[in-house]
Amino acid sequence: MAEEDGKLVGVIGDEDTVTGFLLAGVGHRTMEGANFLVVKNDTPLSLVEETFNRLTERDDIGIVLINQHIANDIRHVIKNYTQTIPTVLEIPSKDHPYDPEADSIMQRVNLMTGGQM
Amino acid sequence: MSGAIVAPTRMALTMYKTKRVGAKKGYELLKKKSDALKVRFRDIMKDIARTKGNMADQGSSAFFSLTQAQYAAGDFRQQVLQGSLTASVRVHTHTDNVAGVKLPVFRQYELQSEVKSKSDRDNLGLAQGGRQIKACKEKFTVFLTNLVRLASLQTSFITLDEALKVTNRRVNALENVTIPRIEAILAYINRELDELEREDFTRLKKVQGSKRTAQAAAEAAEEALHKAAAAAGARSSKIEGGLVKDVTAQYDTAGDSDIVF
Repeated sequence: MAEEDGKLVGVIGDEDTVTGFLLAGVGHRTMEGANFLVVKNDTPLSLVEETFNRLTERDDIGIVLINQHIANDIRHVIKNYTQTIPTVLEIPSKDHPYDPEADSIMQRVNLMTGGQM
Repeated sequence: MSGAIVAPTRMALTMYKTKRVGAKKGYELLKKKSDALKVRFRDIMKDIARTKGNMADQGSSAFFSLTQAQYAAGDFRQQVLQGSLTASVRVHTHTDNVAGVKLPVFRQYELQSEVKSKSDRDNLGLAQGGRQIKACKEKFTVFLTNLVRLASLQTSFITLDEALKVTNRRVNALENVTIPRIEAILAYINRELDELEREDFTRLKKVQGSKRTAQAAAEAAEEALHKAAAAAGARSSKIEGGLVKDVTAQYDTAGDSDIVF
């Protein structure tokens, strides 16, 4: 977005997660599309992948929040994602507790420290 | 050896000595930088591990408040998701400098101008559950703030990781490739120069020796000449007389039978 210098926060998550963050005020929907995606059980994986790629390619987005169970579904895409900005952040969801072992960043952290923190 | 390409001259020696000093200095500086980055890197890693742990707790409490709000106000999710939205929460990136490595840091800020789009959703829970929705909103805002912080850490982590790798590669290259190569070249030049010096020395000695023998020979010859001259002083007239006698004897016709007159 040209009119604001700040960057947006993108969200890919289940309905509850997206609702919560939209309440907090991250939602942004314009002519080009929204910066969030509600992933339901019947949402095709290709759409999730495509949305992830679209969000990470946009230059007005600084952070992409993604539910961990969804991140696990498109792990191959996330593994290949090497850019620094936007940052992809895996967050817990309502139905799936957070598992530090599955997080790609945490895996690297554990690799460096030998798992002792 | 690659050092063989260098001409073994004193100028090259000075040049490579300067190079060695530069390489050593660079190595020390890079080592320091690498250490500084490592310290920061470890801090960030610890911070990430801790923040991620907190995130799980905060997340569950935020989701619990959302459930509470839904229980009080009914399912308002569709109302939130639909319609035109303008983000009131933005992140601002600025850079933090650690030993020359630029780390992007996110700072969250609220956009104040979005009164209209907010008023849309302010109607939420007007009938009931407004308080719960408000609490839920606050919970998620706090959660988001933490996530933004975590995102900064994570970005720093990735950037630092890259920077560390590059720096370590440079440190190792200097330590294990560049400096040994310069040392080898220096050793080669020194060896060659020593060799040249020895050669020169030998040649000088040789020249000196042959000069000396030549001089000795010359002296001996001169001496012999002098001696001969001194000894011949008395004899010379006799020889001269004999010579004259001999020369005239050549034309003596007395002993020659062929001459008839």
